[in-house]
Amino acid sequence: MTKISIHEVTKRYADHTALDRLCIDIPAQCIYGLLGPNGAGKTTLIRILNQITAPDSGEVLINGEKLNQKHIVRIGYLPEERGLYKKMKVGEQAVYLAELKGIRKAEAQKRLKTWFEKFEISGWWDKKVEELSKGMQQKIQFITPVIHEPEILIFDEPFSGFDPINANLLKESILELRDKGATILLSTHNMASVEELCDSITLINKGKSILQGKVGDIKRQHDTHQREIVVRCDDFNKLMSVADAYNNLKVEHTDQPDETKLTLYSDSPNEMLGQLLQIGQLVSFKEVLPSMNDIFIREVQTQNQAT
Amino acid sequence: MNKIGLIIKREYMTRVRKRSFLIMTFLGPILMAAIYAIPIMLALNSSTKNMRVAVVDESHWFEDRFTNNEEHTFVLMPGQPIENVKEMVKEGAFDMALHVPPTQLNIPSNAVIYSLRQVPMEVETYISSVMQKEIEDQKLMAKGVDPEIVSAVKTSVNLSVMRMDEKGNEKETFTQVQFTLGIVLALLVYMFIIFFGGQVMQGVAEEKTNRIIEVIISSVKPFQLMMGKIVGVSLVALTQFVLWIMLTGVLYAGFSAFIGLSGPGMLSSGTVMTQEIASSDIMGNEDVQQIVQIAQSIDFGTIIGSFIIFFILGYLLYATLYAAIGSLVDNNTDSQQFTLPVTVPLLIAIITSFYIVNNPDSSLATWLSMIPFTSPISMMVRIPFGVPIWQIVLSVVLLAGTFVLMTWVAAKIYRTGILMYGKKLSYKEIFKWLKYK
Repeated sequence: MTKISIHEVTKRYADHTALDRLCIDIPAQCIYGLLGPNGAGKTTLIRILNQITAPDSGEVLINGEKLNQKHIVRIGYLPEERGLYKKMKVGEQAVYLAELKGIRKAEAQKRLKTWFEKFEISGWWDKKVEELSKGMQQKIQFITPVIHEPEILIFDEPFSGFDPINANLLKESILELRDKGATILLSTHNMASVEELCDSITLINKGKSILQGKVGDIKRQHDTHQREIVVRCDDFNKLMSVADAYNNLKVEHTDQPDETKLTLYSDSPNEMLGQLLQIGQLVSFKEVLPSMNDIFIREVQTQNQAT
Repeated sequence: MNKIGLIIKREYMTRVRKRSFLIMTFLGPILMAAIYAIPIMLALNSSTKNMRVAVVDESHWFEDRFTNNEEHTFVLMPGQPIENVKEMVKEGAFDMALHVPPTQLNIPSNAVIYSLRQVPMEVETYISSVMQKEIEDQKLMAKGVDPEIVSAVKTSVNLSVMRMDEKGNEKETFTQVQFTLGIVLALLVYMFIIFFGGQVMQGVAEEKTNRIIEVIISSVKPFQLMMGKIVGVSLVALTQFVLWIMLTGVLYAGFSAFIGLSGPGMLSSGTVMTQEIASSDIMGNEDVQQIVQIAQSIDFGTIIGSFIIFFILGYLLYATLYAAIGSLVDNNTDSQQFTLPVTVPLLIAIITSFYIVNNPDSSLATWLSMIPFTSPISMMVRIPFGVPIWQIVLSVVLLAGTFVLMTWVAAKIYRTGILMYGKKLSYKEIFKWLKYK
C-alpha cells in the first residue's frame, strides 16, 4: 500500500529549480531513504510534505488523499537544523511541542515520561535547555516529533551529533517505530545507516530522481561481480602463474605472511578457483556487492558529467 | 486549547516569569514616584533653611528694597568693604554676600553674589527681580514720571482661555495641564511601542537563530506563530501597564501618608500639581476650586478611550513590522539596516510632539496625527487639547487599515525570512517574497 505519493512535484525559486517533476511512492510501514548531494532538493521536498511551503505544480497524496491541514498532526518532523528554546525547561518545552501537535497536556506528560526513561534522561525534566550539552539536547529533539505517535515520521540527518552508543539507541528506536506501524522518511548522508535501516531509497540530484528502488535490488543492479578470494599458499610464484592468466584480477598481500587476497571481477570464478585449490588452501570466498556509498558517488558523478 | 492560544500562553508565561519583567514592574513606578516626590522633598527641605544675605550696596539704591521672609534674610552692611564681608561669608556668618557697585542709571548694573555653595534659584531670582524693578522705577522717575503714577499703573493680568463650540458652550482650558498630559501620553505610547515591539523582534530572531522555528512551523502556520507572539507580548505589555498603575497608586498613597505626617494638610486633597505644593503651603478654597475646574475641563472619557485605541493599534502596527524585521535577522549586526526605517517615523513623531503641543491645531499636527505611522503618538499629543471627532475616527480607520495591510506584508516577509539563512538580503529581494505562493 502506498502511504505517500509524490506526483510530478515541481518547485521553482527565483534563481533555480529546486524540484523538477519529482515522483516518489513511499510504501506504508517502511523506512524510506531520501538521498542526494547537498542542494539536490531534499529539504525543499521535506518542507513541502510538512506544508511549510507549497509546490508550484504537482501534488502530494497521503493515503490517497490530497495533502491538507489535517495531515499536519499525522506527521512528525525532525529537521536537520534543529533547536530548542534555550530558556525553557526541558519537560515544559517537550509538553508544549506535543500540545502544538494536538496532544492533551496530561497525555503528553505521560508519554514523555516513558520516552525520558527509555533514553535515561528522566532527571532533566526541570532543567533549562541551556544547561544541557549538545548531545543531550539532540536526545530531546528526537523525542519531540515522535511523541504524538504520527503515522509518518520525517528524520533529516537524525544521527548527527550522537556518539556510537546513542546512535545505536536511536537506530533501535527508529526500527521499533517502523515495526509499530510508522512510515519513516529518512534523509541522510550517512550511507552506512542507509544500508542498515532503509528498505527503499530515492536518490535525487538537481531536483530529479536519478535512482529509485529497494536497497537490495539497487545493490544487485549495480553488481560488478566482484568476488574476494583469500588463499593460503607458501609458494607465491605458483600463485602468480595462475593469476597471470586472468586480466580482471587484483592481487594483494594480507597481513598474514602466507595469505593472499585476490579480487576477481567475474561471475564465473569456478575455473580459477579449481586452479587455486590445487596449489593452496582456500581461506574465504565472498561476493562483494557495491556499497551505497559507491553507488551514490557513481550515479551522481555520471549524471553530472552527462549534463 | 487551540494552537494560537497555546502560543499566546507560552509567549506570555515565559516573559512574565523573567526576572527582567519583575524588575521593570517595580522599577517603573518607583521612578515615576521619584519624579513626583523629589521636587516635593526638595521644596520641603529648602523652605526650612533660611538664607542669610549680607548686602554691601555702594549705590544705596536697593538698601531698603529687600524684604525678609522664611527663605531669606537680608542684613545691610553699610560702609563695609566687600572684602571684609567676603571673609565673613567664608567664616560662616552669612550664607552669601551681595555686592552692588556704585551704579549710574544708563550703565547696566553689575551686582555680584559671593557664596561658598550653590545659591538657591529662588534667592537669585528674587534679588534680580527686586533690582530690576528698582532700576526701572528710577529710570521712570528720571524721565519725570511721578512715583505715585508708577505704582498706580502696576497691574496684574489674570488671563484665562475659554474654548467655545458652535452651540455657544464655553469652557475654560488649562494649557499647562493639557501640555503635560499630551507629552506624557505620547511618551507612554512611544515607550511601549519601542520596548514591546523590540521584544517581538527579539523573540522572532531568537526562534530563527535557535533553529527551533522549523519544528514549530511544521505544527502551526507561520502566521499563527507570528500573531500568537504579537498578541502574547501585547498582553505582557498590558499586564505591566496595569501593574504599574496599581503600584504607582500604592506608592503614591504611601507617600501621601508619609507627607501627611510631616506636614499636615499638605497633600490631603489628592491629586495636586507639584508646583502648587511647592509654592503654597496651605491650600485655599480657590486652589481646590481650580483643581475641580481643571478636572472638569479635561475630557477623561475621550482621552482614555483614544489612548487605549491608539495605543493598541499603534503597538499592533509596529509589532507586525518588528516581527518581519526579526525574521530577517541572521546575526544581530545586520538587523540595523532594516530597523532604521521603522524607528524613523517613531522618532519624527516624538520629536515633533514638542512642536505639536504648542500648536495642536496646526496643519503639521493634523497631518502627523493622520499618517498611520506617526498618528499613535502625534494624536495622543493633540487629544488633551480637544480634536474634532471626525479626525479621530478618520485617523483610527487609517491606522486600522494600515495595520491590516502591513500584517499581510509582514506575514509574507516573515514566512520566507524565518527559513532564510546565510544570505545577504536586499530590499529588492524581500520585495520579491511578497509574490511567493
